[in-house]
Order: sequence, then C-alpha cells, then structure tokens
Amino acid sequence: MAEKILMKGNEAIAHAAIRCGCDGYFGYPITPQSEVMETLMNEQPWNSTGMVVLQAESETSSINMLYGGASCGKKVMTSSSSPGISLMCEGLSYLAGAELPCLVANVVRGGPGLGTIQPGQGDYFQSVKGGGHGDYKMIVLAPASAQDMYDFVDLAFELAFKYRNPALILSDGVIGQMMEKVELRPMKPRLTEKEIIERYPWATTGKTPDRKQNVLTSLALDAAVHERLNQTLQNKYRQMEENEVRYETLMCEDADYVIVAYGCMSRICESTVELARKDGIKLGLLRPVTLYPFPTKYIQELTSHTKFMMSVELSAGQMVEDVRLAVNGKIPVGFYGRLGGIVPSPEEVLEAFKEQIKKLN
Amino acid sequence: MKEEIIIAGFGGQGVLSMGKILAYSGIMQGQEVTWMPSYGPEMRGGTANVTVILSDKKISSPILSKFDTAIILNQQSMDKFENSVKPGGLLIYDPNGITRHPHRKDIKVYTIDAVNISVELGESKAYNMVVMGAFLKLKPVVEYENVLKGLKKSIPERHHSLIPMNEKAIKAGMEKLVQI
Repeated sequence: MAEKILMKGNEAIAHAAIRCGCDGYFGYPITPQSEVMETLMNEQPWNSTGMVVLQAESETSSINMLYGGASCGKKVMTSSSSPGISLMCEGLSYLAGAELPCLVANVVRGGPGLGTIQPGQGDYFQSVKGGGHGDYKMIVLAPASAQDMYDFVDLAFELAFKYRNPALILSDGVIGQMMEKVELRPMKPRLTEKEIIERYPWATTGKTPDRKQNVLTSLALDAAVHERLNQTLQNKYRQMEENEVRYETLMCEDADYVIVAYGCMSRICESTVELARKDGIKLGLLRPVTLYPFPTKYIQELTSHTKFMMSVELSAGQMVEDVRLAVNGKIPVGFYGRLGGIVPSPEEVLEAFKEQIKKLN
Repeated sequence: MKEEIIIAGFGGQGVLSMGKILAYSGIMQGQEVTWMPSYGPEMRGGTANVTVILSDKKISSPILSKFDTAIILNQQSMDKFENSVKPGGLLIYDPNGITRHPHRKDIKVYTIDAVNISVELGESKAYNMVVMGAFLKLKPVVEYENVLKGLKKSIPERHHSLIPMNEKAIKAGMEKLVQI
C-alpha cells in the first residue's frame, strides 16, 4: 500500500497537480489557499515533470494565462479564494464560451467584499449559477477531506477535457487548512506534443497542410451562428446532468429527515447524524459531491419517504434554493447557516434541526 | 479509541507543530487523524490553537465544541477552553503566566512547568515536546516508538540532528508533570 502522508488540503492539490500530469499552474496568493502555490514552488516540478509554475501579477492575468494554455491543449490550472475568483469570472465565461478545459480551485472564505479569511460557503451561487456573464456552466466538485482535494484534481481535469469545459473545485477554508492523511496516487506523465495533437484535434497546435485552421473564440456576431454555439453548450450541459452527478449518503435509507450539506459542513453534519441517531431521531445526510450537476433526481426520490429536509451551509442560504427546486413543494425544506467565518459544531446543527422540526408538528 | 484534543497557547510556542507531531504519530500507529488549526493573524504572535483527533475509525467532524483533553499554554486559552473539557476529561497546563488557575472539580487537572524544564535542558525550543511528553504519560494513545517515527516524519531532514534533544524533552515531560 502506498505511503500515507499528513498534509493540508491545499498541499494535496499541489501534489496532485504535479502527479496527474498538469502542464501549468498560474496563480496569485491569497489566504486561505496560499499553500497551493507555496507547495508547488517548494516542489519545483519544472525540474522533474517540466510543469510550469508561475506567479502572475493578478488573478485576471492568471485566468487569461489559462485561456492561452488551454487553447494549446495543455492541462492548466489556477487556484484562489473568493475575492480572487470574482476577478477571474470574466475569463471563466470566455473559457466556457470557447469550450476550453481548465481547472480552477476556490478555497472559499467569508464574503462579501474582502470579507474574512475564515471559512465560508458563500460562493455557491457564483460557482453553479454563473459568476461570469452568459449562459454557461462549470463542472463543480466539492471536496470534504484532504484526500478529496487530492483526488478531485485528476477527476476535474478528466471531466474538463471530456466535455471541453472549465471545472471548478469548490473547497473552503476548513478543508484547505486541515491536515489529514493523504495517499499519493501513481504518477501520470504529462502528455507529449504528439499525444496532444492526436487527442485534442481542436487545439491550436500549429496548422498543418492536412487540416483546417483551428479557431478558438467565444465571439460570434452572426445571431444564427451564435445561437447554434449556445445550443451546443446547452446540449453539453444536459449530457453532464445525465452522466456526471455524484453524491454520497449517510443513513438515508430509513431516514425520516435528511440534512443536505457539502464540503466542510458535510463532515460536521456526519457527526450531527450520529448524535441524532443516539437520540432516536432517524436523520440522514446527503452530501452532493458535484454541485453542478446537482443531485436533483436523488433528492426527488428522497421526498417519497422523508418528512423534512434541511440545507446546512456557511452562507445565508444558497444551495437551499436548489434543494427547494428539487423537492418542488412535496415536503417542507429548512435551512441553517452561519456567516462571517463562524463554523458551527455538530451539536449546534442538531439543536437548530430540532428547533425546526418542533415547528413542523 | 478516539481522543479529541485541543492545544492552545501563544503563536510561537509550538502549538501547531506539537499537534502535527501527535497527528503524524497517530498515522504511524495506523490511526485516522485530523489536524485543524486556527489560521490567520494568530500565526504572527496572537493566540493559536489546533484541534487534533486520533481515532481507530473514520473521523466525521474535524470541528468540535467539547474535548477529551485540553492542553493550555496561556491565560487567554484557559479562559476560552477550560469549560470545553468533557466531564471526567483532562486539562494539562503550564502554570507560567497563568493568573487564574482552573476551577473545575469534575475534570483531572495536571501542570507541567515546561518553560523551566526546557530551559534546564538547555533547549528552550523543545518546550512543546516537554508538554507533549506530559500528555503522552497521562494518555498513552500512541506507542512511544510511533511517537519517535512521527517526530522524524514531522521534522525536515536537515533538522534530524535535533531529534535526540526532542526525545530528551519528551521524557522530561513524562517524568515531571504534577497532579493538582
């Protein structure tokens, strides 16, 4: 069995990037994610795999470096925290519009504005509903452990290239800063230029006489052409919704009530479920692993045997809207959240849950 | 086995690294571990704390409101965490600089004079290992050989010459704690 190493979630992202054959990282430091670039700079992958690690002059710059790298069929990524991701949203819309694969990791802190450096989950809307302009979607993965942080880097790249679409790891200050044991997966080599040309015929790898020029752009001034481009995107999103929904459950089979929580809050709510079961309350937990595509169908199924669902988030109530859309009025939906970087304990969540079910009866 | 620990003190006392060594020792013993720090300005001289959980089973919440053991190294942390020890739990503190000693009667309380012990050893930087020794004496949740392995894993190789000094500090901590 491979050796298990104690590391922060942020460090796990960096090690995973090097080991899954990432070609380039372009970033700008911000708490609580700075260890990503710090670890990459320490590891100096440009000497081992040839991976480029560059500190850009700003987040706007790094996201546009991703546009350039991705256009050439390279596996490129960046990471930041909330205010930095806001700066990247224009670029993300362009990447999505031009159908370019890339990976962005957001280690979320409390907002709005500069907010706080403590953990938050207030970037849910930004991540799954857009953030940038236009009708686009990103594949959004929500890690709940340091091992997830590691494993989701490879998974996110795989999905990004499968759909030619930006993928986002939506983490938070807890998962980024917490140390846990992480198993390093086997090394994957970076693709050679020849392999990139073979696998990604759309990439701008230099025109050869046997093919047409590749043009990667999100601009289409002809309305009919632009509508077709949008339809292509929408078809792709429907495929993602069909094929890429991922979630985990804890004791949902016989549950009367279900908590829906992702990221650090799903870890905390696991303990809440354990506490509730000790009190004889049949509580279960649904942890969406992909926030887009969202486990809508599974939530619909749950409404057939549950009486109440509660979304628990470090926000004023964002994912709860998607839970309500899925539940579609069949059962009551509640919400509990903390703001400002405060992370509730399992006991506090249980107390809030008990208060809300008392009101139901 | 599940041990939920809070270690709290000033930034610079080695609170976070002691937690890291404990967590690595747990890994060496095949345990599940989490290490959740307070992060931010604490690192630069304010109060710092870290929650370490060692368990035979998968760990759910890394954030806790009650602890089996509190290791307290300054007054602010005493004020903040004395009441977070579970009934019957353990509180270990360094009495240096403590003006209000713990008042609870339903927990076990020990002191470790780690400042003076580490100075006597001639290595004030091994302060946190004296404290860790005291903890391990009372709660041998990790075998000693795994603690040494954890120490080696946590300290960069260029500082491995300091390991014997750290071992000495751990042993001194084990011998010199005082029950209150």
